[in-house]
Amino acid sequence: MRLHPAFARNTRQLLRAAQVVLLIFFGSASVSQAASAPYEVREIAPGVFVHEGRYELFTPHNSGDVSNTGFIIGSNGVAVIDTGGSPKVGGKLLKAIRAHTDLPIKYVINTHMHPDHVFGNAAFANEKPIFVGHRKLPRALTARADRYLKINEKLLGQEAFDGTQIIPPTLLVEDTLELDLGDRSLILTAHKTAHTDNDVTVYDKQTQTLFLGDLLFAKHVPALDGSIRGWLALLDQLSKREDVARVVPGHGPASTEWPDALAAEKRYLARIAEDVRDFIKHGQTLAQAAKEAGLSEKDAWLLFEEYHARNVSAAFAELEWE
Amino acid sequence: MQITKHTGKFFVTLVTALALVVIALPARAYDDPWPDIQRDVFDNREVIEGDGTITLEAPYRAEDAAIVPLTMRMPESIAGDVKKLTLIIDKNPAPIAATFQFGDAAGRGERVISTRVRIDMYSNVRAVIETKDGKLHMAAKFVKASGGCSAPASKDAEAALANLGKMRIRHFDPPARANSLPATRKAQVMIRHPNFSGMQMDQLTREYTPAKFVEELEIKRGDALVFRMEGGISISENPNFRFTFDAADDETLHVRAKDTDGSVFTATSLDKSS
Repeated sequence: MRLHPAFARNTRQLLRAAQVVLLIFFGSASVSQAASAPYEVREIAPGVFVHEGRYELFTPHNSGDVSNTGFIIGSNGVAVIDTGGSPKVGGKLLKAIRAHTDLPIKYVINTHMHPDHVFGNAAFANEKPIFVGHRKLPRALTARADRYLKINEKLLGQEAFDGTQIIPPTLLVEDTLELDLGDRSLILTAHKTAHTDNDVTVYDKQTQTLFLGDLLFAKHVPALDGSIRGWLALLDQLSKREDVARVVPGHGPASTEWPDALAAEKRYLARIAEDVRDFIKHGQTLAQAAKEAGLSEKDAWLLFEEYHARNVSAAFAELEWE
Repeated sequence: MQITKHTGKFFVTLVTALALVVIALPARAYDDPWPDIQRDVFDNREVIEGDGTITLEAPYRAEDAAIVPLTMRMPESIAGDVKKLTLIIDKNPAPIAATFQFGDAAGRGERVISTRVRIDMYSNVRAVIETKDGKLHMAAKFVKASGGCSAPASKDAEAALANLGKMRIRHFDPPARANSLPATRKAQVMIRHPNFSGMQMDQLTREYTPAKFVEELEIKRGDALVFRMEGGISISENPNFRFTFDAADDETLHVRAKDTDGSVFTATSLDKSS
C-alpha cells in the first residue's frame, strides 16, 4: 500500500536524520544496509565473484535484488557485470567488492537494458568507472526511461528507489570489445536480437568463465523481450563454443555447467515456438495461444505464471509473420 | 477468472473508492470519462448495455499492454442489421480506438471482428454498435493494463520500418469446405506498420516520435465492401484484423490501407481459399 507522499517524505527525512546520527557514532556509510540481509558473493573461479539474485519480482522487501551480479578482479582494476535493480542493491554490491579489493573500478558493464540489471549503476557513479554496453543499449534505455522509472518507483517503494538515475553506457560494444584489467582481459560480444535487442556477453579468458546475462535463465522462467527465433539461433551458436568452463546466468545459480546449462532454456523456448506455430497454422488466435501454449513447461520453472503468457504473446506476434 | 459485467462494475467501484480513500491521489484521475464520451461521440443518445446484441472478449489482465487482443461478436440474429461498430478505450489519450462501417459483403451469419489494441491505463473497453433502426447497443469490459501507448514501437527497433506496409491476407476456410458453402467466411489481414502513437520516445533523437498510424483500412470482397475502418493510435503496431464476411463465388479480398502520412498500401488475396 502506498503511503501518502508527505508522510513518506517525512519518514525519509527521519530515516536520513537517524542515519546521520548513527554515522556519527559508528562512522559507517552503510548503516541502513547493514541492518538488512547480507549480500553474499561467491568466488566461482579465481578472481571471479557472483551474487545470486532472488527468484522474485521487484518488491520493497527485496529492493530489486532479483538478478545476478558479478565482478572480476585484475591486477590494476575491477570490472562489474550488472548492478542489480536499485541504487541500494548497487551499494551492497560495491560494499561486497570493497571487502575483496581496493583496486579502482574501471568498468561497469550492463548485459542488457532491463531495470533489474542496470538500476544499481547509480551506486557506482562516484567510483568514476566507464559504463559499457551494447551499441543499442543507450537507445533502448532512452525509449523506456519514463516507463522504467515509473514502474520501479511503484514496485520498489521510495526507500530502494531513492537516488535512482539511468546511467547509459559511454563505451559501446559494436561487435566485440576487449577490456584490460591488468594481466587479465575480458572479451565482450554484442549479439543480434535475442532476449532483447541489446544483449552483451562477457568472457573472462583466464578462467574461461562466460557471463551470459539474460541470454541464460536457469530455474527462473525465461522472459522474452526480443526475438524467439533470434534467441534459439543464438543458443545453438553459443552451445558450440568449446572454450568455456562455466557460465553465469542472468537469473539462476551463480555458476552452471557448460553446455548443459543451456538445455532447459532451449527446451522451453523450442516448446513455445513449436506450440505457437501450431496455433497459428490451425488459425487460432493470440488470445487462445496465450492461455494454452507451452503449458507442459509449467512445473519446470519458478515465476512461470508471471512471465509465461507474455512470452507466448510476444512469440505469437513474431512468428505469425514467418 | 470469469468476470461478469456486474462484478466488473462492482470491482471498478471498489477500486475507485479504495483509491480515493486510501491512496489519496487526485480525484480527477478516477473521474469516469464515459459520460463525456457518450455526449461527444453519441450525442447523448441512449446506449443499451448487455442485451446480447454485441459481446466483447478481452483479457481481465493484459499480458502485454501494447498488444491486448479483443474480439467483438454480433449474433446472426442481428448481424445483418449492424451498420457501425465503435471501439472505445475510456482512458486512452484518444478514447476512440477504431470505427468499423460495415458493407454489403459483411455477412449474414454471426459477425466477428478481432484486433489488438494498446491500453494506457486500467480502463473500461467498450464495443458500441449502431443498428439500422438507429439504436445503440454496448458491451464493456474492464481491462488491467498500463503503458501500452508509450511502449517502444518494436522489440527489434531497426527491423521495424524496414517492412513498412507489407501485408498478409489469410483465408481460414479450407478448400474442402467450399462445396458446403457456409454463409460466412473467415479471413485475416495483417499490415506491417509501427502505428506510432505519438507517445513513444524516438530512440535516436530522444524526442517523441510523431504519431504516424493507419487511419483508413478498406476491405472488399470483389467489388463489395466488407468493412471500412477508421483507426487511431490505440491500434497496436502491425495492425491485425480477423473478420467474417459473406460467402460468394469469388472470395478474393482486396485491401487498401492509408496511413497519416498519406502512404497507401494495397494487397489482394491470391486465391479463393488459400
